[in-house]
Amino acid sequence: MESKVAYDNDLNLKATELRLGLPGTDDREEQTLFSARNNKRPLPDTSKECGSKKKSDAQHVDNETAPPTKAQIVGWPPIRSYRKNNLQPKKSDQAEVAGIYVKVSMDGAPYLRKIDLGIYQGYPELLKALESMFKFTIGEYSEREGYKGSEYAPTYEDKDGDWMLVGDVPWDMFMSSCKRLRIMKGSEARGLGCGV
Amino acid sequence: MPRMGYSFPEEVLEHVFSFIQSDEDRNAISEVCRSWHDIERWSRRRVFVGNCYAISPTMVIRRFPEVRSVKLKGKPHFADFNLVPEGWGGYVAPWISAMASAYPWLEEIRLKRMVITDESLELISKSFKNFKVLVLSSCEGFSTDGLAAIAANCRNLRELDLGESEVEDLSGHWLSRFPDNYTSMVSLNIACLGWEVSFSALERLVGRCPNLRTLRLNRAVPLDKLANLLCRAPQLVELGTGAYSSELRPDVFSNLSGAFSGCKELKSLSGFWDVVPGYLPAVYPICSKLKSLNLSYATIQSPELIKLVSQCQNLQRLWVLDYIEDAGLDALAASCKDLRELRVFPSDPFGQEPNVPLTEQGLVSVSEGCPKLQSVLYFCRQMSNAALMTIARNRPNMTRFRLCIIEPHTPDYLTLQPLDVGFGAIVEHCKDLRRLSLSGLLTDRVFEYIGTHAKKLEMLSVAFAGESDLGLHHILSGCDNLRKLEIRDCPFGDKALLANAAKLETMRSLWMSSCSVSFGACKLLGQKMPGLNVEVIDERGPPDLRPESCPIDKLYVYRTVSGPRFDMPGFVWTMAENPALRLS
Repeated sequence: MESKVAYDNDLNLKATELRLGLPGTDDREEQTLFSARNNKRPLPDTSKECGSKKKSDAQHVDNETAPPTKAQIVGWPPIRSYRKNNLQPKKSDQAEVAGIYVKVSMDGAPYLRKIDLGIYQGYPELLKALESMFKFTIGEYSEREGYKGSEYAPTYEDKDGDWMLVGDVPWDMFMSSCKRLRIMKGSEARGLGCGV
Repeated sequence: MPRMGYSFPEEVLEHVFSFIQSDEDRNAISEVCRSWHDIERWSRRRVFVGNCYAISPTMVIRRFPEVRSVKLKGKPHFADFNLVPEGWGGYVAPWISAMASAYPWLEEIRLKRMVITDESLELISKSFKNFKVLVLSSCEGFSTDGLAAIAANCRNLRELDLGESEVEDLSGHWLSRFPDNYTSMVSLNIACLGWEVSFSALERLVGRCPNLRTLRLNRAVPLDKLANLLCRAPQLVELGTGAYSSELRPDVFSNLSGAFSGCKELKSLSGFWDVVPGYLPAVYPICSKLKSLNLSYATIQSPELIKLVSQCQNLQRLWVLDYIEDAGLDALAASCKDLRELRVFPSDPFGQEPNVPLTEQGLVSVSEGCPKLQSVLYFCRQMSNAALMTIARNRPNMTRFRLCIIEPHTPDYLTLQPLDVGFGAIVEHCKDLRRLSLSGLLTDRVFEYIGTHAKKLEMLSVAFAGESDLGLHHILSGCDNLRKLEIRDCPFGDKALLANAAKLETMRSLWMSSCSVSFGACKLLGQKMPGLNVEVIDERGPPDLRPESCPIDKLYVYRTVSGPRFDMPGFVWTMAENPALRLS
């Protein structure tokens, strides 16, 4: 059918990926997914003859390829978003309970410190805290040149074991992938700053 | 005998008309004769527009030049559940700018499900010298900057109610913009704000407004600050707490308890986020006076709920989570004989299994024990026809009945039959039923019952129900007073819609999503009925790229005297008389 070809887009693997867990395992993800302002949904089965129900948006759930686990229906049960959100504990409470503690080392300093990443709202706060903790100044961050104007560069070891410059990725991503921090000094630091 | 119109001078008629407040009555008056029509239109002070696209601001202003109070509604109800795509419409800006010049003496603006910008809020604050009431219910599009303008400029503001709006929180300091000599606040509802407002500003504001009756705080106001606020406003009638949690400390508790005791007029409580049960007894001193209690954010268990509710003998309205359990509802039925409205929300709406022992039994108990119960919203996981029939027989005075059985297509759990006869009993016994929401396994039969009996029904919500067009036909041909019909995921198609096209002009609106209405039928409807806007909402792309027989995603039909609107986003098309205008 021509219509099917006209707007039948990619296979939407991401959408089906979300459904490949046991019931309940993806609950939180599903909840944030559907309590976001998302109203895209598959057509009911009666529309089969009219071709594709697939949409380009990755958040769409494809009826035909969904595995047996229960998929959430948009807007059902009929509860306002603010109600759904209010059933979760406040974000700050969750961080207090969990605590994302990472070791911080500074080149030349005799001992390490430990900080809870969860208490900071973003990079500026974190960097300020590091500055005051170790009594030094971090330079100005730019995407191209890293931290200029200082001997030091804040770096972190990520989940893959690589050493990354603090500030390159979005804060949330950093929080979930940072294993430890290291404040590099001197030539090593400068090497990083040159965008190698 | 002289005609009535000549017997009384205009001033007398105007004086008489000033006692007539209801729109219905005023509309009737205006149809008596030309002179009554003119006198009435000059003296109408309140206008309610149930669908902002049904008429243009210019037309309203032309007919009613001396309005003081305006209420507008925008998006369809299903927007509450994310079924209406972002950007659909409901913009209030054209109304505000028209009224800014036409109604310099406007005092009240009440909006529901509309998009309002900071610019509009600023325009309101600067255009209406005697502005008194701003109610934004489930609105969006504005930030705390807009609120700052209202605070700074509206010297005579009495009421600021942000309802359940989505507000962009840029700064908590907007509250400080109320001048020091501003003292006229009567009602302040900021419960929807996600972040902190300046607490010292709030304290000072509360302290200097002697007429403050309603104060609904947001979650960010900590419990240990509440006592202080209450002591500054012992005259409060309605209070919404902030977060109701704190370390259990005897001094905080006794301060709080004392503060509550000092509020002799308190009749309504809400808030109660993050409840620490140990602090609940602080409200016991005032329970017996309470008429309204909203515990729908309180994640406390049944025993605490029972202790609380059993002391509220004068309770008329209770909103609560299903943590109350059947046992708690039994206690409610035993203690609260004046109860008029009950809403039970699900604590775990997406769980597959019931997480609490709350069943149909709880609702049956309340229907038995509370003779004045007339409004119900109930989420549960099982239901039976027998229970529904019992409820119907117990409560023929029911006017609003909304039942949500969480799993779609759930049959009577005892007989495995559809719930047709149960809901049938509801519409048959409850002759004044104005609002009904259906759920569970339902065939066309239930719609036959509804069409036959639900003669006063004004709003009907249907989801995952019915078998054929006959279902829709029963509703449209039988429900004489139907104003709003919203349907999702039902096998209703073209036939019933087209056969009852004329009915749609007697209603405010019809919403159908994920049904079987074809594009061709929508075009036909648009052509046949010039008095309707037939909006096809489809994010897949233009409907004319698909065969005409293809079902569209969403349909929104509403009567209008101002023709197709011009603020539609790319995924909305109005089916117009002129095929050339149809698609952008």
